[in-house]
Amino acid sequence: MLRDITIGQHFPGHSVLHRCDPRLKLIGVIAYIIVLFVASNPLGITLSLAMLVLLYRVAQIPLKLILKSLKPIVPLIVFTAVLNLFFVSGEGEPLWQFWVLRVYREGVNYAVLMATRVIALIAGTSLLTYTTSPIVLTDAIESLLRPLQKLHFPVHELAMMMTIALRFIPTLIDETEKIMNAQKARGAKLDNGKFTERIRALIPILIPLFISAFRRADELAMAMECRCYHGGEGRTRLKVLRFGRLDILCAAALTAMLAVILATKFFF
Amino acid sequence: MDPMLRAQEVRFRYDPETPDYAVDGVSLTVGKGEFVAVLGANGCGKSTLAKHFNAILLPESGAVFVEDIDTRDESRLYDVRQKAGMVFQNPDNQIVATIVEEDVAFALENLGVPTDEMRTRVDDAMKMTGIYDYREKAPHKLSGGQKQRVAIAGVIAMRPDCLILDEATAMLDPRGRKAVMDTIRQLRAAGISIVSITHYMEEAAQADRVLVMSHGRIVMEGTPEQVFSQTRRLQSYHLDVPQAAELRDELAAAGLPLPEEVITPEACAQALYDLLK
Repeated sequence: MLRDITIGQHFPGHSVLHRCDPRLKLIGVIAYIIVLFVASNPLGITLSLAMLVLLYRVAQIPLKLILKSLKPIVPLIVFTAVLNLFFVSGEGEPLWQFWVLRVYREGVNYAVLMATRVIALIAGTSLLTYTTSPIVLTDAIESLLRPLQKLHFPVHELAMMMTIALRFIPTLIDETEKIMNAQKARGAKLDNGKFTERIRALIPILIPLFISAFRRADELAMAMECRCYHGGEGRTRLKVLRFGRLDILCAAALTAMLAVILATKFFF
Repeated sequence: MDPMLRAQEVRFRYDPETPDYAVDGVSLTVGKGEFVAVLGANGCGKSTLAKHFNAILLPESGAVFVEDIDTRDESRLYDVRQKAGMVFQNPDNQIVATIVEEDVAFALENLGVPTDEMRTRVDDAMKMTGIYDYREKAPHKLSGGQKQRVAIAGVIAMRPDCLILDEATAMLDPRGRKAVMDTIRQLRAAGISIVSITHYMEEAAQADRVLVMSHGRIVMEGTPEQVFSQTRRLQSYHLDVPQAAELRDELAAAGLPLPEEVITPEACAQALYDLLK
């Protein structure tokens, strides 16, 4: 049951998007978000949606996955759309009127625009996690944040923490399952009862889990010391990120597309 | 034989307030290329002693040397840890990275080995321990025996002169244990000294020398034949005896003239064959 949980759903593949430098993808997504907010006019949003569809095609990721990643934020989208619908006032006759609520043409336009923008935002960032494994993403973040090291920002420590967290998620999930079975064997009822009862039933699972996690952390720290770990200073890497010819081409294509979308700002 | 590890009158206690020493005056020398097994009941101080050999713990009195380096010499800490690698009981709690080959590279990354050299050393270590085929897998997808060999490879990549195994086979199933023991045998053939802390008599029987610890002291020492033939004494230290030695004892007690130093099933079978011939 718990085994099915995956973090940052990654879809392994060999497309151009899968192979290109994770740093480029990370910067690309940030640039995309900025462009999305700057060029938030109907043409700009339509073009950015078209760009997304194209990129999903290139990455060979089925578009219906977007729907899956949108599911948890549907209430948020509906909420912002409804707010915009009623609170954006415009000139001319309202389209619809009831008590203090008035809906104007501008409101409808704005609500649709906002909802589409949020969808594009989520779909764009999901594309990053679909095409990049969490480990590679961690490497990219470490590499991009490295300049901050001069300001004594703990870049290496942060990346190491993320790696260890990713490494231990499956281990701790296994452990949770074992503890749940052990408590069930002792007669714990985990799946039924009122909400408060179910919360209370989690305590005998969480306490052993925490104790064991601390013990693991202790042993891991010792094992790391045994392998001469002493922080990020003077460390080399087995795999070094390289910005190759493919990445230059991708960067150029990405810049061109984003520039076109950005240009729409000046036509409206 | 040149000494690899030397302990001189080592005493250590976890809590300086209490009079109980976990290691209470142990002196021992492990030669280069030697395979030493350390046996003892739970809480006899064998794991504590093992942690002294790569400066995880420092002796309260006495001294520990790895080759000629005093483990208390902080400036040479990483030399000590690189020369005497340590593998622990639970493979899950030793693996740091999310991909096998990156975990094997972890120690080398820490030591600042250049990337090209790292690649060859990581590949060599993975081939030596027989995990090269799984190099791109996630550790949690491997079996216990495979994971423990990943942990061993991670230490072997440092090219240590000595490997200390702290009950490294205790959590494995029989097949995993056999795979790890085969790997250890290969490493020993490559000239690496092995200190194995273990509960399994069958593993200890393969060693050059066996030490038995009790209450923080070494109470028995000798070749496996010398130690395991003293079944009564071993039992007084709450240790099992290899089944073959137990059988020999029973048969000898029943009046059959069997030789003293029979500890492996093969030797036992041979002795019975000679007797019945």
